[in-house]
Amino acid sequence: MATVSVSATARPAPRRRAGSRRSTLTRGAALGLGVSLVWFSLLVLIPLSAVVVTAAGGGWDTYVSILTNEQTRAAIQLTVGQAVLVTCLNIVIGTIIAWVLVRDQFVGKRLLDVVIDIPFALPTIVAGLVLLSLYGPNSPIGLEWANTSRSVSLALAFVTLPFIVRTVQPVLEELDHDVEEAAASLGASRSTIVRRIILPSLVPAIAAGAALSFARAISEYGSLVLLSGNLPFKTEVVSVRVLSFVEGGNTAAAAAVATIMLAVALIVIVVLDVIQRRVAHRG
Amino acid sequence: MVELSTPLKWLLRVVAVGYVFFLVAWPVALIVQRTFADGFTTMADTLSDPQVQHALWMTAQVAGAAVVINTVFGVTISILLVRYEFPGKRMLSALIDLPLAVSPVVVGLALLLVYNGRTGWFGPALEANGLQIIFSTPGMIMATCFVALPLVVREVVPTLTEIGDDQEQASRSLGGNAYQTFRRITLPSIKWALVYGVVLSLGRALGEFGAVKIVSGNFTGQTQTATLIVEQKYQNFEQSEAYATSFILATISVLCIVVVSLLRPKEPTS
Repeated sequence: MATVSVSATARPAPRRRAGSRRSTLTRGAALGLGVSLVWFSLLVLIPLSAVVVTAAGGGWDTYVSILTNEQTRAAIQLTVGQAVLVTCLNIVIGTIIAWVLVRDQFVGKRLLDVVIDIPFALPTIVAGLVLLSLYGPNSPIGLEWANTSRSVSLALAFVTLPFIVRTVQPVLEELDHDVEEAAASLGASRSTIVRRIILPSLVPAIAAGAALSFARAISEYGSLVLLSGNLPFKTEVVSVRVLSFVEGGNTAAAAAVATIMLAVALIVIVVLDVIQRRVAHRG
Repeated sequence: MVELSTPLKWLLRVVAVGYVFFLVAWPVALIVQRTFADGFTTMADTLSDPQVQHALWMTAQVAGAAVVINTVFGVTISILLVRYEFPGKRMLSALIDLPLAVSPVVVGLALLLVYNGRTGWFGPALEANGLQIIFSTPGMIMATCFVALPLVVREVVPTLTEIGDDQEQASRSLGGNAYQTFRRITLPSIKWALVYGVVLSLGRALGEFGAVKIVSGNFTGQTQTATLIVEQKYQNFEQSEAYATSFILATISVLCIVVVSLLRPKEPTS
């Protein structure tokens, strides 16, 4: 599903005419731009700056003391650790699944292709419930992982599954077979072709997918609510921490923790933009 | 094309299918099985629960409004980004994607800080004029708009770029005004991309949980949406109702995927 077609290929960089940064807006277009920008500011920009301003309001010392609070630090460590782990897992498994979907032929491949999209489509709270049915109490396969740190990995792996598959798949489909055949005819072994020709051309797509998957893992909330039990120091992730600050009325602390998540989000957006530009430039 | 050795091919196939089976397919199948373990009684009970009915209605209203707003905004922004030059365009193009990477919980917090009726930046002034945003429907619509914001733009921008503006120029040179050009030329050519974006937004809007949980206040029978009632039912040990409501939500979202995958090959531009 195209939520992920954030991919390196999806959006061509906006055309820039060298030297001319002049506006070509007509009066109607300028009005449209104005109205859209007001809405975008009211909805996204002003609220997000309110988070930063609120976090900064208490001064640097308050900010640091909130972030170095033991429970908050444990939550940040757990979230970042799990996000890295799940992203690495996705880099391997996602690339394998994309490979199988493009290069392999077997009965049920189309079904596999559809099932990959389910984690995107499913509401996150339902995703948590779904995982509980197999990995929760009375698990039919005897894996009672609910309320352990494994449940966090499980939920994150579930919701981020499609990212790398869906960014790598189109690139793999478009890959030019001639180069592979040329390499083979020059005596390159299969592993050399995969390593020297196929993998390098997949790197931008894998990086884009990994960035998205990491961002999603850092910010995940809904699927963890029922599954992880939100135990402080054990399974409590950053977003749960933010929510409990909000519910306790401590918006300053919530905002302080939220700025870290916002920073990660911004970095990911910049990384994606750079990857897209590089790919567009090369193509 | 490089051919893998047979054992390696089988290994990769088994890894891919096995992973997806244990992580996604089997758990989803179990939900279906549990919902219908005793035939249709659970489903009928759940659907006749007034709380669930209200929550589903609430979700439909909020998601419907958010999708309409995002569609209008998305098409406007896409046309501006592709067809016009203006200072700050690249920045806007990057910022539009920001909501995809922001945690729903942070979205809820951000809206709360600006629009809550007591201490928010704009909240007290708006409330004095009779417009309550937080803990009420407008706030829930805003939260849903926020999380689904880039989905329409992401679909429409590539199509608009690809079709170019020759036909639009022709229409204009033949005397068509901006509205006629949009209705007769631009809209038909981005139709499928737009439908695709709308279906994606709808799926995302129906399933929003974290952001809506914060801005709605989660008042049973008032601002509770379908995803919020799933949490509440599960925690109150009314698990069969939680499963049944989840099943309804899951069915709609799976239908969205099926619609999208049916639409995709028909896209005239690809």
